[in-house]
Amino acid sequence: MNSAARLPTVEAIVIGASAGGVEALLNILSPLREGFVLPIIVVLHLPEARRSQLAEVFARRVAMPVLEAIDKTLVEAGTLYFAGPGYHLSVEQDRSFSLSLEPRVHHSRPAIDFLFESAADAYGPALAAVLLTGANHDGARGLAQVKQHGGLTIVQDPDEAQIATMPQAALDLHQPDHILPIRGISRLIVELEQIAC
Amino acid sequence: MERNSEIELRLLIEAIYLKYSYDFRDYSGASIKRRVNHALSQFECSTISALQEKVLHDPTAFMQLLQLLTIPVSEMFRDPSHFLAIRKEVVPLLKTYPSIKIWIAGCSTGEEVYSTAILLREEGLLDRTIIYATDINPRSLEKAKQGIFSMENVRAYTQNYQQAGGQRSFADYYTAAYGYAIFDKSLCENVTFADHSLATDSVFSETQLISCRNVLIYFNKKLQDRAFGLFHESLCHRGFLVLGSKETLDFSAFGNQFEALVKQERIYRKS
Repeated sequence: MNSAARLPTVEAIVIGASAGGVEALLNILSPLREGFVLPIIVVLHLPEARRSQLAEVFARRVAMPVLEAIDKTLVEAGTLYFAGPGYHLSVEQDRSFSLSLEPRVHHSRPAIDFLFESAADAYGPALAAVLLTGANHDGARGLAQVKQHGGLTIVQDPDEAQIATMPQAALDLHQPDHILPIRGISRLIVELEQIAC
Repeated sequence: MERNSEIELRLLIEAIYLKYSYDFRDYSGASIKRRVNHALSQFECSTISALQEKVLHDPTAFMQLLQLLTIPVSEMFRDPSHFLAIRKEVVPLLKTYPSIKIWIAGCSTGEEVYSTAILLREEGLLDRTIIYATDINPRSLEKAKQGIFSMENVRAYTQNYQQAGGQRSFADYYTAAYGYAIFDKSLCENVTFADHSLATDSVFSETQLISCRNVLIYFNKKLQDRAFGLFHESLCHRGFLVLGSKETLDFSAFGNQFEALVKQERIYRKS
């Protein structure tokens, strides 16, 4: 694990996860302290049901406020956001959310790639992106884009991931800054927050 | 200092506006940027500047680009519970009007138009309704007018129709041929398809109901407010405004000029 001194100062964290993602996310996010200051924005692939229970499920297990990201609202500090089902989620230059109905990417809407690419554009080097377990290739391209814009990239160790396909696809495309198990990712996020404070 | 790609994107959008009067200047940036990047590969251009040169000097190329910039992703009876709520909560009130004008703003390839016409026919209102179906993309409007949809999609639409409280067999409304469903022309007898931009055009008629679903998400707040202003002006006293499932009046300057009739389904009424 890298020492905190070598970590950058980030202003937001984006996370992408697919199959096996709920458990992985709960393990990463539930240790975070109350009053955690960074915004965390998550795309988690789920069936396109009309309404998602994700925000409710996580609100019970996570200390920070949890919301479904709403079109045109500003990204607020210290809030955990989930992309709602059926729409792509992007972050604009003014750091507000926008939704769209472009075609599915890797059969998914919301797509991790769209969140990562737009957030890379909006935050540049002040972004950390985390890609977790999943059974498709979404997020790999977006993660490479984050890296290109100078952001910090973290991939879950495929050996530990419930389904290795997604983290492996990311590793095949670019070398991330960190390859870590869930516990390591959680600790890294805590350190990123301490630096940002 | 701005990145080259940001500068080029802004110049392209400005050039399109100056040359062709299509105004994407107040569209949400992330989505436009993705579509322009997609267009770069389609047009085999290595930079946005190269794409700009192409479309500035070649109207045909611009028309091709327009197809990529507008998003014709729609389906019939999308969000069935929305249409069910229209049937239950709005139709009884619409029935009190001797004649009805409906504006479907951003109708794209017509899925919403046919859904609305079918619902109105089943409720006995279609004969005394005029529907204005508008969009900025002439090719989408042409497709909407034809009313031909792939059978593959129609299977999903059939399920939506039933969940939306459909009263008949969905197949009653179309003829199937060669993998396509050709919709009953009489549904569109009172439909006027027209070119209209929420970004640059003004109100053209008084209406009782306006449906604008999954259009405003592509606009920034300023342009959203322009659109809401047009809708407010067009709607009669106590007229209805219906939006997409993730769109809201909550953060708009016009928020207090409308009240929610069925908030969950984004059905509002001019107050």
